[in-house]
Amino acid sequence: MTEAGYNFAYLDEATKRMIRRAILKAVAIPGHQIPFGAREMPLPYGWGTGGIQVTASILGPTDVLKVIDQGADDTTNAVSIRRFFTRVAGIATTDATGDATIIQTRHRIPEKPLTENQILVYQVPQPEPLFRLEPHRAETRRLHALADYGLMHVRLYEDIARLGHIAKAYDYPVMVNERYLMSPSPIPAFDNPKMHQMAALQLFGAGREKRIYAVPPYTPVRSLDFEDHPFRPIRAPHACAICGSTTSYLDELVTDDAGGRAFICSDTDYCQERQQAPKAAAE
Amino acid sequence: MYVAVKGGEKAISAAHAWLDETRRGDTALPELRVAQIEQQMALAVDRVMAEGSCHDRFLAALAIKQAKGDLIEAAFLLRAYRTTLPRFGASLPLETSRMSLRRRISATYKDLPGGQVLGPTFDYTHRLLDFTLAAEGHDAPATPEAPADGVDVPRVTEILAREGLMQRESTAESEPGDLTREPLSFPATRPVRLQNLARGDEGFLLALGYSTQRGYGNAHPFVGEIRVGHIGVEIIPPELGFAIDIGDIGITECQMVNQFKGSRTEPAQFTRGYGLVFGHGERRAMSMALVDRGLRARELGEEADAPAQQEEFVLYHSDNIEATGFVEHLKLPHYVDFQSELENLRTIRRAAEAEQREAAE
Repeated sequence: MTEAGYNFAYLDEATKRMIRRAILKAVAIPGHQIPFGAREMPLPYGWGTGGIQVTASILGPTDVLKVIDQGADDTTNAVSIRRFFTRVAGIATTDATGDATIIQTRHRIPEKPLTENQILVYQVPQPEPLFRLEPHRAETRRLHALADYGLMHVRLYEDIARLGHIAKAYDYPVMVNERYLMSPSPIPAFDNPKMHQMAALQLFGAGREKRIYAVPPYTPVRSLDFEDHPFRPIRAPHACAICGSTTSYLDELVTDDAGGRAFICSDTDYCQERQQAPKAAAE
Repeated sequence: MYVAVKGGEKAISAAHAWLDETRRGDTALPELRVAQIEQQMALAVDRVMAEGSCHDRFLAALAIKQAKGDLIEAAFLLRAYRTTLPRFGASLPLETSRMSLRRRISATYKDLPGGQVLGPTFDYTHRLLDFTLAAEGHDAPATPEAPADGVDVPRVTEILAREGLMQRESTAESEPGDLTREPLSFPATRPVRLQNLARGDEGFLLALGYSTQRGYGNAHPFVGEIRVGHIGVEIIPPELGFAIDIGDIGITECQMVNQFKGSRTEPAQFTRGYGLVFGHGERRAMSMALVDRGLRARELGEEADAPAQQEEFVLYHSDNIEATGFVEHLKLPHYVDFQSELENLRTIRRAAEAEQREAAE
């Protein structure tokens, strides 16, 4: 049952059409930010209103939605967004990455490779990758038009000169289709390589900043680096304390106040699947 | 072993139930009625209507009740509701010289047609806590009344404009832009700027307006006029082809008179800073007028290096619904990005320590 008095997936059809037009434009120009008339949503700005509007505009009654925040399905905000869509669209939801047709995410890309039948929707706080270097959007627009990304290269170079290597650990800038510099949203740099030639369509929604951008399936996405300082994805050098994975991205838990630490998978569905796999094999 | 807590859904439901309970407060006391808020917290209602960008006293009062008196939260509730409403047209321009006034003051002329009307103002009250209000059953004494003379009250800036001393504004027949439908783009047109300021955060506008008076932006403002009252809103439905009145709204209008040196093409004349807001909001309307004039610096060929003169800075940061969302979103989990910062810092530290050891050996 959907909430009475609201259109399917909350937004009215005219608004959805407007957002779909922005999405189509974004897909046509990979990595380029498209301004759109973002609406005020019943969830606060900063809570994923951009992602929610993108999801609402592409959602159909037969879609299966997965929502993650920090890689987990049971983080409070992921729960809240999932509940929102159950309420206003009555669609099916899932925790299983493989079963979802649309995955809305904040700060992570699932560990399990996505397929052509899936769409990954990112919540984006700040779509402009150059904003710390040039706060005026009129000027950054010009820099994108000229593909003038010297500012960012200098910033990365300064890290190397001062600290020995690039100190950007998340929201690590990427070059999309060798044309537009793009913010991958605040995902850990560890996830960046997953964006490259991904089979799934990747859509990015920034509600407060009123921008949509996209990476179509099988598009080259390159993390900025230098020949002598190649890009290095970072993860904690440990194994997951639950499933034992040595390749997944880990959350660090503080277990006591005497320096005790434990590391577990940030992607809860991936971890769960790995815990069940040996059992299934044994049966 | 520590395992990440499941059951976010339960926690959320419990938190919301607790919120409802704290909203109600001590049940030994009577519950606040929406009508009481609307009548007795009228200025809070006005602020919520202005920042919520929706003129509806009942809904604004309801939002204040639901938000436990948090006015930004209340404005947010109203905005989220407003965005679901259909838009069926734009009104005709308001002719504020014909509004019914409760208050009208000019700081530039001692007397003028229509006179000075103080109206219900805090201006000359002595700010002494009135303990008689703490007692129940305190009724205000009746206000003396006099019949209105019903004549149009011309705007002060119009009096100046007729003398050629006040710059005329450009007029356009086209419908102004709507920033609730189209994202801001720069340079922004003045109607869009004014729209943004009219629903901007009162504190932000106040601080920016204040800064222009203290040398950050070269303002020399006079309050030409402040008028507070009610005015009918008219629309022309396409199927009728003539104007009909769809109801009254409460507004506050402020016109600031500012100096301008003149240029090669224009003689020296005054320029206008304009503020118009829903309800009774003089502080808001005056601040808006100061900031509007600040934002005109570039078009008037003035230096534009103060914060209040920088269009992108002002318009992108005036909206308290956006601002509070982004500031408060920092309390959402960030452990993934924080974890990569941690690992990064540890790596840098390890490298530096290794270097130091090598140097020492």
